[in-house]
Amino acid sequence: MITIEHLQFGYRGGPTVLDLDAFTLPAKSNALVVGPSGCGKTTLLHLVAGLLSPTRGRIEVDGQELGRLSPAARDRFRGRHIGVVLQQFHLLPTLTALQNLLVAQTIIGQVADRAAAQSMLEALGVGEFASAYPHRLSIGQQQRVAIARALVNRPRLVLADEPTSNLDDEACAVVADLLIDATQHHGAALLVATHDSRLRARIPRELVLPRRAVVEALA
Amino acid sequence: MNFAELAWSYLRARPLGTLLNVLLLALGVGTIGFVLIVDGQVGDSLNRDAKGIDLVVGAKGSPIQLILSGIFHLDVPTGNIPVGAAAELAANPLVKRVIPVSIADSFRGYWILGTTPDYVSLYDGTFAAGSLWHEKMQAVLGAAVAARTQLGVGDRFVGSHGLAEGGPVHGDSVYTVVGVLNPTGTVLDRVALVDPESIWFVHEGAIRDADERKVLEAERQFTALLIQYRSPLAAVTLPRKINAETNLQAASPAYESARLFRIVGVGADVIRAFGGVVLATAALSLFIALYHALNERAYDIAVLRTLGARPSGIAWMLMLEALMLAALGGMLGLALAHGMAALLARWMADQQSLRIDPWAFTAGELWLLVPAFLAAALAALLPSWRAAHADISATLARRN
Repeated sequence: MITIEHLQFGYRGGPTVLDLDAFTLPAKSNALVVGPSGCGKTTLLHLVAGLLSPTRGRIEVDGQELGRLSPAARDRFRGRHIGVVLQQFHLLPTLTALQNLLVAQTIIGQVADRAAAQSMLEALGVGEFASAYPHRLSIGQQQRVAIARALVNRPRLVLADEPTSNLDDEACAVVADLLIDATQHHGAALLVATHDSRLRARIPRELVLPRRAVVEALA
Repeated sequence: MNFAELAWSYLRARPLGTLLNVLLLALGVGTIGFVLIVDGQVGDSLNRDAKGIDLVVGAKGSPIQLILSGIFHLDVPTGNIPVGAAAELAANPLVKRVIPVSIADSFRGYWILGTTPDYVSLYDGTFAAGSLWHEKMQAVLGAAVAARTQLGVGDRFVGSHGLAEGGPVHGDSVYTVVGVLNPTGTVLDRVALVDPESIWFVHEGAIRDADERKVLEAERQFTALLIQYRSPLAAVTLPRKINAETNLQAASPAYESARLFRIVGVGADVIRAFGGVVLATAALSLFIALYHALNERAYDIAVLRTLGARPSGIAWMLMLEALMLAALGGMLGLALAHGMAALLARWMADQQSLRIDPWAFTAGELWLLVPAFLAAALAALLPSWRAAHADISATLARRN
């Protein structure tokens, strides 16, 4: 699913902030990206999502090398093949729960499939809140809608950035289970950037980013 | 759920800001639109009233005043001219028709106009009731006069001297309404027509003997003569001849109306410029709103990008938001322009002035939406560009 080789990244004119020789995440599998703050966990996720371009090396997602795609094609590829769950499960505040899913479908040029979006909400247990706006939903319901949005286009890969930070143990367990179950159920691989050690119990495989990156960045 | 719906959802999410921007745009478009509508309508109205009249002949004085009083009845006459002048001009081979008009009295703010039946045919007048006068002290009411005064055939009224209500009343000279005209949209609607003999009769009073009658008849006057040329050649020679060789004044309605419009046009230009300033202010307000929205929505935009939105799509969304405001503001502005024109039309009707149709829409008005769209597009340009080039990764990382 993900193949990374000789990856280096540094912001323009700056030092290398991420150096990863090799990493592979097979289809339908899970892994954590862990490491100290500032080591480049989020940067790695953004590179895999095609939001950033590597300085050197290659990233292949679902057989497609991202560096060979034009920016527009990379956006399209991300929308079709990669689901992203952000730290605060940010939903678009002016849209209802269902519309948050529909926008994920139509923004990449697909026809809105209301039935599929509604069924995804129901699969995540929030079907009855389809017409509710985010501010009317509890945090837990917002998390479920955000995960449903990440999965609505049936992506082959889901990237989650710190999905359980700031959550208590109980909520952490719920979100982790939701993410793992939902991605497995839909046959997607899951890569989670986190510093939350509580997730290790559920996702044993870890990619530990070295502290060296931080040192270089500071240098 | 396309970009348009997304843009609309953001507009709905901040109703006050949206309303204020729409109102500002509407005020700009409305002000410019109001001037254009009134300008066009007044122009049309003046043209309708002056249609078929090539020259106005009256007493020496201001030519614009002669036109305003002789044709549009919006000013006091420059003076009076001898009755014999009508016959002399009618005998001129360059003249096709001479229609005398004589005004001195009014009825409830409407002029009582002494003239010939040709005046009715000049404006294609037709009768809603009754017929033309057959003898003196019979009157035919224009449609607006009849509607306003609620008089009909068989009713009687007396005139008062001058135009102001409350002037000296000719209480012993009673007119009888013998006809009511259909609306024509011209000055014909705003006058009470009588035979010139009636005007003279009212002002001459009881005549004691034949000698006095002879003297008074020799002194009879008209206010102005409306002339139709027999040939275009008359336009070159006749006015010059009248102005140079007689005590009369000849004024061309086309020329004087154009001159009047040039004078009034300065005021219209000032109002139009004011509308432009309001529109520019609206654009600035829109720019500020979008610019702030960009900061507030940075994370939303980043989310949309993670969902696969292209930078051009994000820019288009912001541009659509501005264009939607422009469309709303533009349409509301047009409605506002017509609403203000309606108020003016009512006021003008109260003043027995020109008739304008405030609800007459023309396709040309849609051009008024162009400056609104341009202002909106201009305001959205920089925010759109910034949105398209935002560093998504940095935005997402900052939130983390």
